[in-house]
Amino acid sequence: MHIVDGALSNPVLIGGGVIAAAGVAYSLKKLEPEDLPRVGVLSAVFFVVSLIHVPLGFSSVHLILNGLLGIILGWAAFPALVVALLLQAVFFGFGGLTVLGVNAVNIAFPAVMVFFICRWGITAQQQNLAKLVADVLFAIFFILSIWAGVSLYEAYQTEGATWRVSVNSISLALFALVMIYGYILYRRKTLSVAGFWGFLGGSLSIFFTAVMVAISLALSGDEFAKAAEFVIVAHFPVMAVEGILTAATIQLITKVKPELINAVR
Amino acid sequence: MTQVLGEVSQSWTVKNDQSRSEAFLKSLDPRVRLVSCVSFAFLISAMHDLGALTLALGIGLGLSLSSRLPLWTTIRKVIVVDSFIVVLMLTLPFTMPGETLFSVWGWDASKEGLYRAAEVGLKANAILFSLMGLVGIMEPSVLGHALYRLKVPAKLVHLFLFTVRYIDVFYKEYKTMRMAMKARGFVPRTNIHTLRSIGYLIGMMLVRSLERSDRIMEAMKCRGFDGRFHILNNMKIETRDRIFAGCAAAVILSLMAVEYF
Repeated sequence: MHIVDGALSNPVLIGGGVIAAAGVAYSLKKLEPEDLPRVGVLSAVFFVVSLIHVPLGFSSVHLILNGLLGIILGWAAFPALVVALLLQAVFFGFGGLTVLGVNAVNIAFPAVMVFFICRWGITAQQQNLAKLVADVLFAIFFILSIWAGVSLYEAYQTEGATWRVSVNSISLALFALVMIYGYILYRRKTLSVAGFWGFLGGSLSIFFTAVMVAISLALSGDEFAKAAEFVIVAHFPVMAVEGILTAATIQLITKVKPELINAVR
Repeated sequence: MTQVLGEVSQSWTVKNDQSRSEAFLKSLDPRVRLVSCVSFAFLISAMHDLGALTLALGIGLGLSLSSRLPLWTTIRKVIVVDSFIVVLMLTLPFTMPGETLFSVWGWDASKEGLYRAAEVGLKANAILFSLMGLVGIMEPSVLGHALYRLKVPAKLVHLFLFTVRYIDVFYKEYKTMRMAMKARGFVPRTNIHTLRSIGYLIGMMLVRSLERSDRIMEAMKCRGFDGRFHILNNMKIETRDRIFAGCAAAVILSLMAVEYF
């Protein structure tokens, strides 16, 4: 997930830095001094959480949880992530100094997006609308997966199908599969309505992050195009893992301390 | 105090103990170290000449050696970074088009790809070593103060200091909770039960952190918090800092000369 120093081209580095600085500036302007301890303590928790490794098959993944971060912190995700990434770069050697801006945008921008897409579904007083939208989303994902399956089949049929077409449809199919998996969990009452929206937030943010990492790699040079495709496909298991984790966390929070979701404005 | 961030940072506010002799780099002003490190890193990431990059890696290694980093943690960090680089080394020659150097099972490795991989590897390591040597040896709180003195927005610096302060607290809490889970027979596996348990653990940590942050806010108000924090550390630029800054500028200029002429 972290891009190392030296791989990206200068325009991408500068662009990432400028966008990150703008995001941090906007979010700091909105942040009241009274909220600083809250954001600071929560960002410390997220730093610790990023050290947790979850077993996945014969390997393990470390958590990012930018979806949960976005749902709870909103715009404050930007400075919180810049701080965390700076600490990781300086004291752990993960990521890097010059790519700090790009990494921050790649992780924080999806978090803020998830804040706008998913938070209303978690805090909704009338759950009927949240339920309805969940069902509609499921229908969309279902159609997507059928379409992806058909296009995969066609690529398989035509002689000399390009790798690019098949990678795109494979990612689309996997994306729809992860989402349908979340919907099934919700239908089987493993997840509540808020939990489903948490699942959506957790997995969507990882998907966006993977896409943005792929874009920043692809913009830096054609030689990274294959690596960019690999990044997207490799993140689908992580999407499922983070989705379920975020859902569980959101379910616990909505039961134990619902005001946590609105802790930072 | 902050164990999570490494053993280099032992005390929170008290100055380093004078009993053992300090490395020269450690005695320099943090701001000078930070600024020279950042400009060095950006210069390296803009360079493309392999000779100049090797020189930069040598300078980075020299900085790391002279700041007497703890050996094993340093090696561990370098291995983490270089594991990415090795993957890149193995894949880039095959994905980048160019003059064929050799081929494995019908895949052609290109000379340009190998050069590109070497360039990325040199850059990443040069930046890592100079970062560890110049900034990594600072206490996190000193880094925060240096950022403040360099006119980084005060709110961001306070956020940084809060985060640094509470990482250890919550790491301990995390360890305690994991111990409690272990005592009840929890073994992490690849299943929904594991994910849900860890999700609940994270949720509990968030709930506790919110309660703790409310107590922190009350304690701060009780001590007359008015929205401003006072940074007590006053840093002074001395002669040796000036000399070091001059040397750093000379090194950067000569690297640029090697790169562009």
